[in-house]
Amino acid sequence: MGALGFILDAAEGERSWRLAEYVKRGGYAALKKIVSENIPPENIVAELKKSSLRGRGGAGFPTGLKWSFMPRQFPGAKYVVCNSDEGEPGTFKDRDILRWNPHMVIEGMIIAGYAMGCARGYNYIHGEIWDIYKRFEEALEEARAAKLLGDNILGSAFSFELQAHHGYGAYICGEETALLESIEGKKGQPRFKPPFPASFGLYGKPTTINNTETFASVPWIINQGGEKFLELGKPNNGGTKLFSVSGHVNRPGNFEVPMGTPFPELLALAGGMRGGRKLKGVIPGGSSAPVLPEEIIMECTLDYDSIAKAGSMLGSGAVIVMDETTCMVKALERLSYFYFEESCGQCTPCREGTGWLYRVVHRIEHGQGRPEDLDLLNSVTENIMGRTICALGDAAAMPVRGFLKHYKAEFEYHIQNKKCLVPEDVQRAGSGFFKVA
Amino acid sequence: MLSQESQKQIDREVAKYPAEQKQSAVMAALAIVQMERGWLSNEIIEAVANHLGMAPMAVYEVASFYNMYDLAPVGKYKITVCTNLPCALSGGVHAADYLKQKLGIGFNETTADGRFTLKEGECMGACGDAPVMLVNNVRMCSFMQPEQIDRLLGECQ
Repeated sequence: MGALGFILDAAEGERSWRLAEYVKRGGYAALKKIVSENIPPENIVAELKKSSLRGRGGAGFPTGLKWSFMPRQFPGAKYVVCNSDEGEPGTFKDRDILRWNPHMVIEGMIIAGYAMGCARGYNYIHGEIWDIYKRFEEALEEARAAKLLGDNILGSAFSFELQAHHGYGAYICGEETALLESIEGKKGQPRFKPPFPASFGLYGKPTTINNTETFASVPWIINQGGEKFLELGKPNNGGTKLFSVSGHVNRPGNFEVPMGTPFPELLALAGGMRGGRKLKGVIPGGSSAPVLPEEIIMECTLDYDSIAKAGSMLGSGAVIVMDETTCMVKALERLSYFYFEESCGQCTPCREGTGWLYRVVHRIEHGQGRPEDLDLLNSVTENIMGRTICALGDAAAMPVRGFLKHYKAEFEYHIQNKKCLVPEDVQRAGSGFFKVA
Repeated sequence: MLSQESQKQIDREVAKYPAEQKQSAVMAALAIVQMERGWLSNEIIEAVANHLGMAPMAVYEVASFYNMYDLAPVGKYKITVCTNLPCALSGGVHAADYLKQKLGIGFNETTADGRFTLKEGECMGACGDAPVMLVNNVRMCSFMQPEQIDRLLGECQ
């Protein structure tokens, strides 16, 4: 955690997630201020715009702008939905936010409901983190008992009800329209856009969906002001951000640092390279982001703009670190299998293309690659990208392109020599699983 | 076919959604029933459909789409190991190999005594805790080195 971290500040001991502890840390002050002073909803949206808070789920869309899309005068139900269906390989920040600070998310969602005139909200929580789902339900009960949720919140005219909905193992439900389908009790298959959820969302009603970390940032912005939040980061990239660091580091975990922090500082926070080994490459924004080799990533700062300029994306802030013991072909094989397995099957280019990508990378890894395979991989990615309803197709294609761009020689070595450039025992030692081996 | 207790729990889920949207509770309902019975047979899927006023096929679609539902019997303890890249870098695949060797089964197989089923899982959103495994969909086990795996297997009686 950085010195400026406010989302994970609470991560001190098991009880810290409770309502009483959250209130002690200044929790629900923003909500109280809003309802007691009758702050006009448009002022809240204006404050968010000032903060330059950008969606923390991966797309980085400006939150204030998103909220302003909701039709204010729409008669009837409107919904606020939180996307805690965190399953992008490398990302595990929402789990820690909900584990240590569920009320911060709840408060952010209530404020969202107030600002957009919604009376109901759902938090969709990844099915695999069952204990976190149960904890969130308990936190909701606490909030209801304290009149922070339900009818006439804190004695005001504003009412808002919030519920938790769990997933059950489908990566695609992290896509916002698939997530809505899933809440409606169907297969999680993405919808065509437009119409966007702000006009046709949950049950066909106007809906705004934000990531867990985005909602968790809202109370701080209301308390301290949008400008201060912006100052925490850098222009156009407001605030602090949680980075999930995994892979070959000494201390994997979540680190909350200001936007624009140089990458080597984050690597140092994560304890540096495991065993003092040499850094080979980093996937900076979740498995869909193109990999960047050491010499490029070490020069990057951690914000949407810097990483984009380097040819990748900040995405969800999931930093996967790979050292010199990593076989890049095997690494890509793992990722390609994932997208093949998780494609929902709706669009032909993705359904067939992800299988194709996996099978070709698999045969290269297993010594059966053909010289023309690298061109074939590129051509398959071209035929997936931009031709599918949702971004999963692109997400499957981008890592392939990134790996081929920066580590082509390793793929060629595999094809020519029918084996890894990195010896098997070196790879085995790299994982740290076999301590004595 | 649904037990009283299951029905009670399902109805609590139904209450989370607008009155005309009972179908929204189907994922929770299937999870509740699976926890009670171990897996989802066609008969129980039909019972859930009847309870929620859905077509059985619509419930089956959901049960077959999400990969934590089991449409065939599994062992008393289903262990799902994440082998995705971030976990693999910290021993996820090696942990799975270790389990396969200890239990004498491969992925999607069950031990002869019906105690363990092994599954390969995709990202569980806990990559910092690798190697990670999930027991019976509800218990997440972190930092699973050989000693921790041995202990876990010992606890699962």
